[in-house]
Amino acid sequence: MNIANEFALPTINVEAKLFQNRYRVDTGRPHIKVRNPTTCLTCDLKPCTVCCPAGCWRAEEGGKIDLVVDGCLECGTCRLVCDAGNVDWNYPRGGFGILFKFG
Amino acid sequence: MEKFDVIVVGAGPSGNAATYTLAKAGLNVLQIERGESPGTKNVQGAILYADALEKIIPDFRSSAPLERHIAEQRMWLMDENQACTGMTYRDARFSQEPYNRYTIIRARFDRWFSDQVKGAGALVVCETTVTELLREKSGKVIGVRTEREHGDIYADCVILADGANALLGSRAGLRPEIKAADMALAVKEVLFLPKETIDARFNLNGNQGLVIEIAGNITHGMVGTGFLYTNKDSISVGIGCMLSDMKRQTLTPYQLLEGLKCHPTVKPLLDGAEMKEYAAHLIPEGGYKALPTLYGDGWLVVGDSAGFVNAVHREGSNLAMTSGRMAAESLIALKASRKSFDAANLAEYKRRLDNSFVMEDLKKYEDVPDFLAEQSHFLNVYPRFLGDAAKEFFTVDGVSKRAKQQKIMAELKGKRSLLGLLGDAYRFWRAFR
Repeated sequence: MNIANEFALPTINVEAKLFQNRYRVDTGRPHIKVRNPTTCLTCDLKPCTVCCPAGCWRAEEGGKIDLVVDGCLECGTCRLVCDAGNVDWNYPRGGFGILFKFG
Repeated sequence: MEKFDVIVVGAGPSGNAATYTLAKAGLNVLQIERGESPGTKNVQGAILYADALEKIIPDFRSSAPLERHIAEQRMWLMDENQACTGMTYRDARFSQEPYNRYTIIRARFDRWFSDQVKGAGALVVCETTVTELLREKSGKVIGVRTEREHGDIYADCVILADGANALLGSRAGLRPEIKAADMALAVKEVLFLPKETIDARFNLNGNQGLVIEIAGNITHGMVGTGFLYTNKDSISVGIGCMLSDMKRQTLTPYQLLEGLKCHPTVKPLLDGAEMKEYAAHLIPEGGYKALPTLYGDGWLVVGDSAGFVNAVHREGSNLAMTSGRMAAESLIALKASRKSFDAANLAEYKRRLDNSFVMEDLKKYEDVPDFLAEQSHFLNVYPRFLGDAAKEFFTVDGVSKRAKQQKIMAELKGKRSLLGLLGDAYRFWRAFR
């Protein structure tokens, strides 16, 4: 399949969207972890940084990945788009994480 | 230690349907939910199909928090920045009591459903994440492990209603891991407007509501669709694409959603609305061919966790409730005849599903996911062509109608060869017949 991105869509500040959501952050106990950070250095496409709907995954200089799970919507996307299987993904502890008001 | 007849993991539509049905029949059932309260982890468009719930709670209309009944359905084909062609269905015969479908807000609806579950006598424990299944050496499932201290709980049967990620089943090796090719990622915003504004913008009255399903280049060549649903005083707008497509391109889900919201056909409908929540969820769209094993010694799987979604008709919660109900009814029947919950006896669940619309519909469209993955031009070439053709057709400019028709046909042939067109028609018929 050939996917052409012919139209440049606007840059969106996803943090402003997440700001509307309700969370109970489990401080110091992230429910998602990178198994081996050096694996990310060799990943060119870094689909986690594109597909995460909450922008939790950011590419840093030198090919490193910065993961902050506070705004996570708990969808499971990052786990499935990582071909290297480098995402250690769990649900947060009971009662923590996203608390949908409308869902 | 107390042992339950059944443990149900999850309080979405399938888990609630199963737990309610089991508790009503007098079984000793425990439901475990990881959210603060039922509904706080759940996301849907959301349309409620009355029939599936009616078979569980016949008088649900008298107490369930329903937003609007669907009086009008639109299907739009959009290109990414300009055109929109479509179809509208409004019919007094469809839009009459008892209504067939409603918009709902899941957090509210799930809380109501859970109240019915508790009222039926089930024990519901929230804020508790099940981390794994407890199994005997033989492989038989005998309970669940939660993250709580002394958190092992035992039961004769565990119903996996743990949602699209299906972590428990794959971690226990009861099924393969879910794949990006079988899953769609949908993102959604809930946008608030006064009820009167929604009524006026969408030509609605009283509790009438409207559904718009959207296909075309708004997904930028990816297999996916968008939607717009009217709630009482809010609008749910979302877009979803297959993950296997999303991972190969550079647009983020929130950019896609913004593209839909900014489309000239959609933007005026949302003008002035206040966004109050942004959500995301995976949808298992692999269909019949992606279904896992549905039962085994001491366990059954229902709802999204089993992949029960009819992507063509945008149905999921009704398949979820129906599968939850059938799982419960199978267990109730086995218990009544003093049969154990082993795999051979639990095959009853699969038999019930096979004889229902759940499996019949999934089987009918079993070739559609492959078809769409291979023939993605259906979602971009044709919508754009339709837009171009409509523009030609509706522009009165002194050019004869015959010449316009010829121009439209020439344009179509420029996009797809005649053989390509015939092939498309045949493949389309094969996949959807």
